[in-house]
Amino acid sequence: MPLIALSNVTKAYPPRSKGAPPTVAVDDVSLEIEEGDVHAIIGYSGAGKSTLVRLINALERPTGGRVTVAGRDLVGLDERALRQVRRGIGMIFQQFNLFESKTVWGNVEFPLKVAGIPRAEHQKRISDLLHFVGLVDQAHAYVDQLSGGQKQRVGIARALATSPQILLADEATSALDPETTRDVLGLLRRVNTEFGVTVVVITHEMDVVRSIANRVSVMEGGRIVEQGEVFDVFSAPRTEAARRFVAGVVPTVPDADTLATLRSRHPGRIVSFSFADGGTDQSAIFLELNRRGVGFELIHGGIEDIRGRTFGTITLALTGDDASIDEALDRLTAVATIVKAA
Amino acid sequence: MDRLIELLPKLWLSAWETVYMVGIAMIVGGILGLVLGLALYLTRPGNLLENKAVFTVLNVIVNTFRPIPFIILLAAVQPLARVVIGTGIGNNAAIFGLVVGSFFAISRIVEQNLLTVRPGVIEAARSVGASPLRIIFTVLIPEALGPLILGYTFIFIAVTDMSAVAGLIGGGGLGNFAIQYGYRLFEPAVTWAAVILIIVLVQFVQFIGNSLARTVLRR
Repeated sequence: MPLIALSNVTKAYPPRSKGAPPTVAVDDVSLEIEEGDVHAIIGYSGAGKSTLVRLINALERPTGGRVTVAGRDLVGLDERALRQVRRGIGMIFQQFNLFESKTVWGNVEFPLKVAGIPRAEHQKRISDLLHFVGLVDQAHAYVDQLSGGQKQRVGIARALATSPQILLADEATSALDPETTRDVLGLLRRVNTEFGVTVVVITHEMDVVRSIANRVSVMEGGRIVEQGEVFDVFSAPRTEAARRFVAGVVPTVPDADTLATLRSRHPGRIVSFSFADGGTDQSAIFLELNRRGVGFELIHGGIEDIRGRTFGTITLALTGDDASIDEALDRLTAVATIVKAA
Repeated sequence: MDRLIELLPKLWLSAWETVYMVGIAMIVGGILGLVLGLALYLTRPGNLLENKAVFTVLNVIVNTFRPIPFIILLAAVQPLARVVIGTGIGNNAAIFGLVVGSFFAISRIVEQNLLTVRPGVIEAARSVGASPLRIIFTVLIPEALGPLILGYTFIFIAVTDMSAVAGLIGGGGLGNFAIQYGYRLFEPAVTWAAVILIIVLVQFVQFIGNSLARTVLRR
């Protein structure tokens, strides 16, 4: 049974003015997240992903459908019971949302107090958490004295205080610089691997998905339009939305503008070869071209690696007689997906 | 000047009356205003105990009473003072008027200062399963404490200002002293003695408020 299951979940907000249609933030979404997964939900702002993640810890209540967390149906639970559920789900935020009136220690202690954990156990738990996030020296600092990356580490420590089974990360790295982002993502990965916490990551950055998630859902207009293993979505996106996100981080078949530039610089036929994970040996392509006496130059593209599995698209400018090129390409259709530039 | 020396015991008594009236009014009005301000904040659409009907009613009440000039309000609530505290004249009746007058202003200041707390911080507290009551006392108020202290300091000075017209219903205090013994008897020195005492009182309270706020805000 999945740890988190949403079935046909809808969240609509009442219209701002009478007669206007309600705003539908989440539209008939079904989603299953298995225990131990790092599941990314990617979408542009306004796609409904922040609302979706808040349905999981019941900060928002669905207007339709069913939300089940760890076998418990959240719909129909009263507020008091939902508070209990929330104690088993940590959450971190883009703007960190730390308590500025409390020290780092006080921030991490807050969930322990809320959960009614005996004071005698606080000391050890908090110091363990601060060790984990690397902020032992800052324990008694106030949060306005910390850098962005340190603030998010406090956020993570606070979210993990009550040893939750699930961690929700709402654009947790979007306010951070690239290096700090890497640190925080590394920490989230450790949360997943060392503590076995299931992590749900909301983001608009495909890089984030690539570096920590094993599964991804692509959201657009309140719906999940594509869902699957990160490798599959990256190497063979099926929807336009997914393709747009993938194209942002992975060099793919050149678009019209790029193609025009390439053509102006390279004579000959421009052909793209896409391949994924053992399906093709790159050398097979080069060998075949060589054998037919076709000249080639690599002009665009690249190879990607996602958790040890590779895929990529390389674009070559081919020179030689037309018959040989056609013959070579015919043979190569067996080993790679070929796109001939018009 | 001789006149002032003669009146010194009365001046000290008046100063004490001002401190007494303003102090009691601030304690009672401060607590009531905090409760009403919290209610305004919490029931506001999108907030912790969102309730549009309650919010609208409270909002209208505050907006109705707040703009009434205090000298008129003081006279207008006199019958109510008789019912509630048993007298319509004197310092205690003036305190009643000050409480009514400051109550609504304080509630607005409290509401506005609570609104400066980022909603995300409240959401973070909700996300760990905290109850509304716990959020109010251990997150919301502590997060807004600096501005709240400055807000109450501001109101203290406004209430001191308001207390100057207590003489209208037979109350005392420095305002009444300045008018009765200074202004009416053509004794500018007496008026100015009262003015200086009020300035000293206000400066003192402002200083305390500023340093408390600075401590809380750690800057």
